[in-house]
Amino acid sequence: MDLHLEAISHDYGDLSVLKNISLDIHHKEIVCIVGPSGCGKSTLLRIIGGLELPTAGNVLQLGNVPADTLNPLTYIFQDFALLPWRTVKGNIALALEEHGLSAAEMDATISDVLARTKLSEFADALPRQLSGGMKQRVAIARALSVKPAIMLMDEPLSALDSQTRELLMDDLVDLWVREGFTAFYVTHNLAEAVRLGHKIVVLSRRPGEIRDIVSIDIPLNERSAFAHDLETKQKQLWDMMREEALAADQELIDG
Amino acid sequence: MDKAATTQTTKSIQNNAPDNFSARPVPFRGGGFQPKPIRGVAPFVFIGLIAFWEFGSQTGFISSLVLPAPSEAFQAFRELIESGMLLIHLSASMQRLLIGWICGTTLGIIVGLMIGLSSIARAGLSPLVSAIFPIPKIALLPLFIIWFGIGEGSKVATILFGTFFPTVITTYGGVDNVDRNLIRMGQSFGLSWSSIVKKIIFPGALPAILSGCRISGSIAIILLVAAEMIGAEFGIGAYILLAGSLFATDQLIAGVAILSTMGLCFAWLIGRAEKYFLNWRT
Ligand SMILES: Nc1ncnc2c1ncn2[C@@H]1O[C@H](COP(=O)(O)OP(=O)(O)OP(=O)(O)O)[C@@H](O)[C@H]1O
Ligand SMILES: [Mg+2]
Repeated sequence: MDLHLEAISHDYGDLSVLKNISLDIHHKEIVCIVGPSGCGKSTLLRIIGGLELPTAGNVLQLGNVPADTLNPLTYIFQDFALLPWRTVKGNIALALEEHGLSAAEMDATISDVLARTKLSEFADALPRQLSGGMKQRVAIARALSVKPAIMLMDEPLSALDSQTRELLMDDLVDLWVREGFTAFYVTHNLAEAVRLGHKIVVLSRRPGEIRDIVSIDIPLNERSAFAHDLETKQKQLWDMMREEALAADQELIDG
Repeated sequence: MDKAATTQTTKSIQNNAPDNFSARPVPFRGGGFQPKPIRGVAPFVFIGLIAFWEFGSQTGFISSLVLPAPSEAFQAFRELIESGMLLIHLSASMQRLLIGWICGTTLGIIVGLMIGLSSIARAGLSPLVSAIFPIPKIALLPLFIIWFGIGEGSKVATILFGTFFPTVITTYGGVDNVDRNLIRMGQSFGLSWSSIVKKIIFPGALPAILSGCRISGSIAIILLVAAEMIGAEFGIGAYILLAGSLFATDQLIAGVAILSTMGLCFAWLIGRAEKYFLNWRT
């Protein structure tokens, strides 16, 4: 299933947040969205996921949702959004309970995703017992459990320390190489963007417009060998964003 | 430069005996502000206080007219047990308390959830709740008698009304405080409205609801005495009122001690419930 964004614009009252965003995402592609803070990245993601209606434009779904998919557009949140009163298993079950699966099917799915995210030993732990990295793994496991067609990730690694971030980034690369997934990946971190993105969409400061789309053709699992090329790309991205970020930084919040 | 730095370090290590004798540890100024539970202090305070009181009464330092000795109150309590009246009073009171409190909190939780979840309910009911909550329910006793009769109805209603309003307020406060991100997460996984309420909002509001229960439980016990002012024959409140009107202060103290024990038991039960239901909290 592919997705096509058609001239999306969005306002909050007088505040114009997004302007004329047209964008495509294809199967097994990771599209990174970078842009200065407050430019509407999270809003765009909410619109894509159907949690908010854009003022203008459409999000179009191209092709059919795969038959085994339970929740085609699935989020992974910056703050993990785990229910603190449910165990790891219970949190994953939350996403499945709505779909009338048998107990056996549910158990099988849960142990499968836990194994894929290396969490099997922690099935019965409560979120408060887990480190930030572990919590985000659980959130990833929960997202995988509904077999999403497209994952919507809003700064999934920003709440983590830099070592954990490296580890999780490796995990995501592994996951993509092993089974492939399609994702919109919002981030502030250009290093993350060049490590994970097939396409990097650079938004301007608010109202967010597409400034440029940078493609990186190096396969994800080979990127570590091309550190130099990536650095060049990253620099190119930063040059593009620098002024925007500076200007955005100096704007009054509700000006 | 590197080399210079190394020599510098070696030198400072060798020299680590201070040349002037003013080396002292940095004064500690952390700690505190973290009360920890200490076992045995509470009974000690209780027993110490009662022992002092008894001692004062025995020596005449506290006149028995002002305050009866604990031993006299205890004697009154024994008489209450031996005459078999304790059970009758307790069961009458417990029945009113339980029915009133359970109905009051259940309705309160339901209305609180409604106010927390629906804009119409909030606009319509929340000013009403704020307006009625501060009215002392004792002032409404005559109305309750007219509405619900002189029997059990008006007594239960007093407790019910008294516990209903604080529960409404704590419940919707709890609902308001549920992390909006968790709700958005639920929506993003396609959970139905009722699942979101049942699996996210209610458990998220449960800490507030339980601390509301703590308050409403105490209010229920306070109102018990008021409720039993309405021509009750039996009940701890009735016993206290009778003792009061006869100036039988020993019985009055015994009755009050029973009420406060009921309060303690209730607080303990809520504490257990919190441990059980909120073990996920940090
Ligand atoms: N519900 C809302 N009502 C009104 N204004 C909003 C709302 N949500 C977001 N905004 C405003 O819209 C703008 C874009 O917000 P958004 O969260 O999408 O930005 P962002 O690019 O994700 O920022 P960040 O990088 O800080 O995460 C901000 O100026 C924000 O204040
Ligand atoms: Mg954001």
